[in-house]
Amino acid sequence: MSSLPLPPAGPLNLVLTRLMARIAARHPAILRRLGPYAGARVLIDVIDAPALLLMEPALRRLTLHRRGRAPMADAGVRGRLSAFLAMLHGTEDGDALFFSGDLEISGDTAAVLALRNALDDAELDLTEEIAAAGGPAGTP
Amino acid sequence: MMELVCPAGTPAALRAAVDAGAHAVYCGFADETNARNFPGLNFSRDEMAEGIAHAHARGAKVLVAINTFPRAGDQQIWHRAVNDAAGAGADAVILADIGLLAHAAERHPGLRLHLSVQAAAANPDAINLYAGAFGVRRVVLPRVLTVAEIAAINREVEVETEVFVFGGLCVMAEGRCSLSSYATGLSPNMNGVCSPASHVAYADTGAGPEARLGGFLIHRTPRGAPVPYPTLCKGCFRSGDQTGHIFEDPVSLDATQLIPALQKAGVRALKIEGRQRSRAYVAQVVRTFRAAVEAAERGAPMPEGLLSKLTEGQAATTGAYAKTWR
Amino acid sequence: MDLTVGPNAFFWTAEAVRDFYRGLAEAPVARVVIGEWVCSKRLAFWQDEIPGAIETLQAAGKEVALTTLALITLKRERRQTADLAAMGLPVEVNDLSALPHIPEGTPFWVGPMVNVYNEGTLDWLARRGATRICLPPELPLASIARLARAGAEAGVAVEVWGHGRAPLAISGRCYHARLHDRAKDSCQFVCAEDPDGRDVDTLDGTPFLTVNGVQTLGRAVTTVAGQIDDLRAAGVAALRLSPQTGGFPAVTRAYAAALAGDPADLPATLARLMPDAQFADGFVAGRPGADRLAMRGPG
Repeated sequence: MSSLPLPPAGPLNLVLTRLMARIAARHPAILRRLGPYAGARVLIDVIDAPALLLMEPALRRLTLHRRGRAPMADAGVRGRLSAFLAMLHGTEDGDALFFSGDLEISGDTAAVLALRNALDDAELDLTEEIAAAGGPAGTP
Repeated sequence: MMELVCPAGTPAALRAAVDAGAHAVYCGFADETNARNFPGLNFSRDEMAEGIAHAHARGAKVLVAINTFPRAGDQQIWHRAVNDAAGAGADAVILADIGLLAHAAERHPGLRLHLSVQAAAANPDAINLYAGAFGVRRVVLPRVLTVAEIAAINREVEVETEVFVFGGLCVMAEGRCSLSSYATGLSPNMNGVCSPASHVAYADTGAGPEARLGGFLIHRTPRGAPVPYPTLCKGCFRSGDQTGHIFEDPVSLDATQLIPALQKAGVRALKIEGRQRSRAYVAQVVRTFRAAVEAAERGAPMPEGLLSKLTEGQAATTGAYAKTWR
Repeated sequence: MDLTVGPNAFFWTAEAVRDFYRGLAEAPVARVVIGEWVCSKRLAFWQDEIPGAIETLQAAGKEVALTTLALITLKRERRQTADLAAMGLPVEVNDLSALPHIPEGTPFWVGPMVNVYNEGTLDWLARRGATRICLPPELPLASIARLARAGAEAGVAVEVWGHGRAPLAISGRCYHARLHDRAKDSCQFVCAEDPDGRDVDTLDGTPFLTVNGVQTLGRAVTTVAGQIDDLRAAGVAALRLSPQTGGFPAVTRAYAAALAGDPADLPATLARLMPDAQFADGFVAGRPGADRLAMRGPG
């Protein structure tokens, strides 16, 4: 755990990582679908949010990073929060979002597609997952 | 009513397709035995059995695509896929390779065989060959034919025909294209991938955002414009004094308006491409096309332009179905 | 191992065809496949040369086969295919729909446009009468070796794509006509302007592909010049050389010399014979087809 970039976003990172672990436990098919791409570090750049998110599925880790101090990543996806949520909740097609330029990929394209396909199959409801993770005080 | 055959890259997409009114869903195992062997997609053996049970409980069929060409020395991987699909209760398997068809016909005489578009059976002689030699019951026609040619084929064959009506569009005769392996070493026929994501690189050099495949520049766009996925045959190239989409513009197929003509031409089933698309896409497209085939059955006009946002580059074509495309 | 000359992919004048096959009579090749395999519309312009070419080649002791089209869709094309099968020469099947026109038990050849990827397919074709199969160009050496062994057991000579721009795709659409803003039906035979196909480069100027009417080929000249020992060890029966303009008999002599003696000089010889060509040998090596590995030469 010492490698976690705790301060200044420490508490929030713990919550995010707990959420990630929770999702991985409730939806084991995600990691199975990712297969060889589970180890890829994917940097999520929500352009209308203040910070970057680094997702490391194999480590079940999700961490916040300051803009301008982007961590090393194998792949990146960039776009507005609405586009990410539309894809995650399955209200819009990831391919269509990529074609239209609403979401932009950089780096390892296959890792991003694997992640998108795995999450699409998981039919995640983010609100439910956050509730299940129980917020900062909840039990993992 | 014409049968609506819908794509499912994941169990979630299969459920979405069935709920949206698919008569049949096609899908594949998560390996090189099917032509959409993309990262994160497709079905484990257990998922396939569950998916088939789910579909059957709701009156829908499941067709399992095993439509790559088995690798010499490793044919048992493909034989096992056919065996497992049959064991899981698949309503049919969709095959392309002669050797695999011969194997399936001999070992699984009760299993319904469909001929994949990857076999590119483009005329009645080819179709009757597959029907006679292997007992193929349905042929998915390659996307090189006009509606008139499809009608002529149906007059000369006994088996059912299925045609693509929506989604990505191969401009080459399917199953007979090595463009992808020329650039990347991975091909639809051998590996079940075309222009694979593993060989894609997006970059922004001084000249503007670009997308490369296997190192070859496929698209370069003005700054600020989205860079399309670098599918080789949809790329922008230069030949002599001409620059542009030499093979095909970045469009996708939408033959909604041709459904009544295809029905009249004797087509039995309509296929939607897109096992790599999301459950949201699948649900939307299936719902629209279910309404369209029901309208065609009643002789009512086809719904218009409902799906444009879901097509690549936001432009649609009727492809080879219109003779001018050639 | 010996040499087969495949059918010409491009649209040449009748005169060019006549000269080509006359030149080939003296070339050290065992057999020649002749006919139109890309576009049926071209055939009327040069088909009168075929009987004479067959006569010349047979008189020179070469085996001759007639190719089918690679993509048969029209009624006229199906009739032509049926006629081909009645001509008394072996037919090289490049579209499986030709098979019903060949009586059971009549030997035939199979060309590189038919998908023979595994032993099951090879065995089925052998039972149907195939005696010679040229494998699809994209196959790697491991598959070639398996198929050559299966071929030996089934009495089928297995051939590989040895030299020439590799056929990569066939389409219902004519790219030559499209480049000239014409529909296929009113193409005015513009593909005749490019007797080795029309170059297609990437936007940053990298030579990439070649269009030839409805066919797309690699821009590089695919060659197994640096892989002959491997192919021989694998049991490959023949190399297929694909016609091109300019000095083709010399190319056949270079390959024949390599097969008869030491193949080590062949890459350099080819580079000298074709100074403007770019070579590729990735497919057999299991790499991208456009790659250039064993094939070494200046440039």
